[in-house]
Amino acid sequence: MNARNPVLAVRGGTKRFGGVLALDDVDVALYPGEVLAILGDNGAGKSTLIQCMSGVHQLDSGVIEVEGDPVDLHSPAAARAMGIETVYQDLALFDNLSPSANFYAGREIARPSWLPLGMRLLNRKSMAQTTMDVLNRLQVTVPDLDAPVGLMSGGQRQAVAVARVTAFNAPVVILDEPTAALGVREARRVLDLIHRLRDEGKAVVVISHAMDHVMEIADRAMVMRRGRKVGEVFPTDSSRDEIVSLIVGGDG
Amino acid sequence: MSKWVTNPGDSNVDESVRARPTTAMADTPVDESLPDEDQPRRRDNYLRLALFLLRAGPLLILLILVVVIAVTIPVFFTTRNIGNVLAQTAVISVLSLGQLLVIITRGIDLSVGSVLALSTVTGAVLFRAGGSTITVIAVIVGTGLVVGLFNGIVLVKGRIPHAFIVTLATLTLARGFALWFSDGRPIQGMPEPVRVIGGDSVLGWLPVSTLVVVAVALAVWMLLNRVVWGRWIYAVGGSPDAARRIAIPSSAVLISVYAFSGLAAGIAAVLTAGRTNAGAPTFGNLAELDAIAAVIIGGASFLGGRGKVSHALIGAMMIGVIRNAMNLANLDAFFQLIVLGVVILVAVESDVMRGRLEERLRLMQAVRT
Repeated sequence: MNARNPVLAVRGGTKRFGGVLALDDVDVALYPGEVLAILGDNGAGKSTLIQCMSGVHQLDSGVIEVEGDPVDLHSPAAARAMGIETVYQDLALFDNLSPSANFYAGREIARPSWLPLGMRLLNRKSMAQTTMDVLNRLQVTVPDLDAPVGLMSGGQRQAVAVARVTAFNAPVVILDEPTAALGVREARRVLDLIHRLRDEGKAVVVISHAMDHVMEIADRAMVMRRGRKVGEVFPTDSSRDEIVSLIVGGDG
Repeated sequence: MSKWVTNPGDSNVDESVRARPTTAMADTPVDESLPDEDQPRRRDNYLRLALFLLRAGPLLILLILVVVIAVTIPVFFTTRNIGNVLAQTAVISVLSLGQLLVIITRGIDLSVGSVLALSTVTGAVLFRAGGSTITVIAVIVGTGLVVGLFNGIVLVKGRIPHAFIVTLATLTLARGFALWFSDGRPIQGMPEPVRVIGGDSVLGWLPVSTLVVVAVALAVWMLLNRVVWGRWIYAVGGSPDAARRIAIPSSAVLISVYAFSGLAAGIAAVLTAGRTNAGAPTFGNLAELDAIAAVIIGGASFLGGRGKVSHALIGAMMIGVIRNAMNLANLDAFFQLIVLGVVILVAVESDVMRGRLEERLRLMQAVRT
């Protein structure tokens, strides 16, 4: 299926919340330069799965491997340090700050390096420059680089949030419902952006309810139901019905 | 309510707002060559102008106020009276600079007036007991810092949802301790250097206390605009949820702003004690309200995440100028309260309007791109 080694893999992932089995022995592997869509009805375990991959939750049993080595993702910061970046559905942007302040929030470029980060002086020029470079590279246009992101449209904010996680060369990017709140044209731009991430060799995970978007961007689609992985499909026009029946749990 | 300031993480309301461009766009044909493309652009410019006026509003109002008063009351524009105004606003200015940091993080510090009183009293008691100048100043400033730290730690470690109650408690506590330590009476006497800082002037009219205000303002400006910690203060105010998720030390940031507000109260106490040559449990009564009003009048947002040093200073000056003008015009003190109340209402309403306009600007952006 793919000769290369997975950059991130979950093996036998199981997670319980009280009596509810949210993840039941799930295997998934992500490869560089590939978009994986995770599909499933509400409560199928999609969110739990990506939250385990991004360090928000920890697996009860099973392992997560990065580049083949088991890792302990005990916090979102730990996952980020391992190169796993997540764009949450609510974007987690600071609406009162500029794109570059958002890009570097919590990991500012500052000096002198012998002081603790909080005490250092900001290197605003270098942060603004890198931000502009990343936005240009990903062909994201924003009205004003100095304006707070709160003044931008939904699509621009989504693009800034996605660009933010790519600014740090993370090999794995997880996107939770990236087009859910967007209109046709703005969704189009975000889909293009996801294509560019893939072309840059990143492993991209997308959770989405929008079947059309999934069919278009995903190289592989994994369907979940009641915490289990029930199928893995290459999305083509002919496999569309199969995917739908997997999601709803028909006899497909 | 200014919706874009609300934390995107904590409400479904915000999601529905963000979804609105979707419906707007679904209704309009998705045609790249909109025939009336110029029209939204013009409306856009109109919105930008309105926003600019609202943002510059406090400064414009202050300038107009100064011009009108200078024309109608000639005495106003003498160096001597300007020195008066500056001396009278020094304490509010320092307090509001501390309050500014707290308000940026969506908080409030009601205790600063009482803390100021407690600080002057501890300093005066120490001086009477034979304390040196350095220790007296250190104790006045240190008292403020300690109470501020206490506010921050109780708020964060006690997991109290809002600073209102915590600082209301310290408001009472600090005033109580001040009354206890002083036996309810003013204590005369402050070291010479303290009296110089609080009461003297240079060049015949420029109060030394104004220089202190400038120094504190510069320090706060540096912190907010040049230091990583300042960026984190804005981040915590803008979205506490996102700040936690990306591992900004939110608790430490919150504790630090209350500590700084306490420190500012201590510095304001040095000015007050110096000007009056005394420590008294009645000092700083309702000063916290002036400080909060100054920050809001100046243009910072109660919703958090937004506020500048200039906001605090403009607001403090506006309060000082209004008071001074009404004194010069021999108007009763109760009119001052009424005028100040109206000014605060106007300021808060203009913050709300600013939020609405920004929301509309965002929607237009979504339609245009």
